[in-house]
Amino acid sequence: METLAMHISNGIINGPVAAIFAALALATLTVCVLRGRRDLDDRLAPMAGLVAAFIFAVQMLNFPIFTAGVSGHLLGGALAAMLVGPWVGALCVSVVLVVQALVFGDGGVAMLGLNITNMALVGTAAAYLLIALLLRVLPRTPAGLAITAFVSAMLSVVVASQGFVVQYWLGGTTDLGSNLAGLAGTMAGAHLLIGIGEGLITATTVVTVAKVRPDLVYALRGLRPAAAPTVPAVGGVR
Amino acid sequence: MNKRPWAFIVGGLLVALVLAGVVSNYASSHPDGLDSSLLKGCTVDADDNIVGGSCPAQQAKDHELADSPLADYGVRGIENGFLSTGLSGVLGVLLTFAIGGGAFWLLRRRSSGGAVDGASSGAVAAAGRDASAEGTASAPASRS
Repeated sequence: METLAMHISNGIINGPVAAIFAALALATLTVCVLRGRRDLDDRLAPMAGLVAAFIFAVQMLNFPIFTAGVSGHLLGGALAAMLVGPWVGALCVSVVLVVQALVFGDGGVAMLGLNITNMALVGTAAAYLLIALLLRVLPRTPAGLAITAFVSAMLSVVVASQGFVVQYWLGGTTDLGSNLAGLAGTMAGAHLLIGIGEGLITATTVVTVAKVRPDLVYALRGLRPAAAPTVPAVGGVR
Repeated sequence: MNKRPWAFIVGGLLVALVLAGVVSNYASSHPDGLDSSLLKGCTVDADDNIVGGSCPAQQAKDHELADSPLADYGVRGIENGFLSTGLSGVLGVLLTFAIGGGAFWLLRRRSSGGAVDGASSGAVAAAGRDASAEGTASAPASRS
């Protein structure tokens, strides 16, 4: 029987480690809510809802990678970080993972903390660090934006995949012994290829949004000379 | 820059609905990067079922909610696979938007909008915050 499961299933990581990561994820998500509120205004809130819905949709679209019999799908951390920022972005991906686990039977409910840690927290954080770095060095052109989106998406997927390897090292239910390095290599290799797809999807989406509504791209905030600095300071204050 | 985002949101949702409702049926059904990595050491048949060997994936247990009406991205009771997958995708997009958008809307800062008189409350807030902000005069207007 074919199943469309794409996240960590029950039984793969033991209960105690899953519980620790659930607590860790909950604590980090609380920080994301507190910091994210500063970003969430009347414009970003509906945009964040759309980003979550869009990530849900695109995660269903498993694409073939160049290895026979293996597919990949968007994780979405980089896309969310580009469009709504790191804090709200991590929350967007988490919403998707919660809906998938509780409604679509994808990713064990007991494994939710592990899945959120890898894809929503580690993936988004890695992506945002790269975005912040690349936007500083690359030219502020559509090409620069596309490269930023592509590279941050691709590498963040590989980093997220290694989050699973750490979790498996801590609490994997099959003793791999010295084969853990093999798992790390297999995961990294597969996710480097998946990362190409993630990068293409992320870059296409971000560049499209930037063309239609640049004001709705979080990563572009503060990069363009805003209107305000050209206005002389009132009364010479400052 | 003071355009409301709703037209864009509706357009984006339509794209997501088409992707989840139609394009999802053309997705690859092979195991993804994670699943295939966990299948290393096992041999699988053409339908990706484990037929021999030993690998981490063999430890996988049933999902707590495997009997959910939308489990495995299908709608229980709908025989047509195309329709079942597509409908589950559409419901998933709408549900995710409702839950995510609803939560974010409740969490948002309300200082700039939502108030009965957004312009004046924004001006008061901005003036109280920082007298040096030259945007004080224009910002509340652009937000309303």
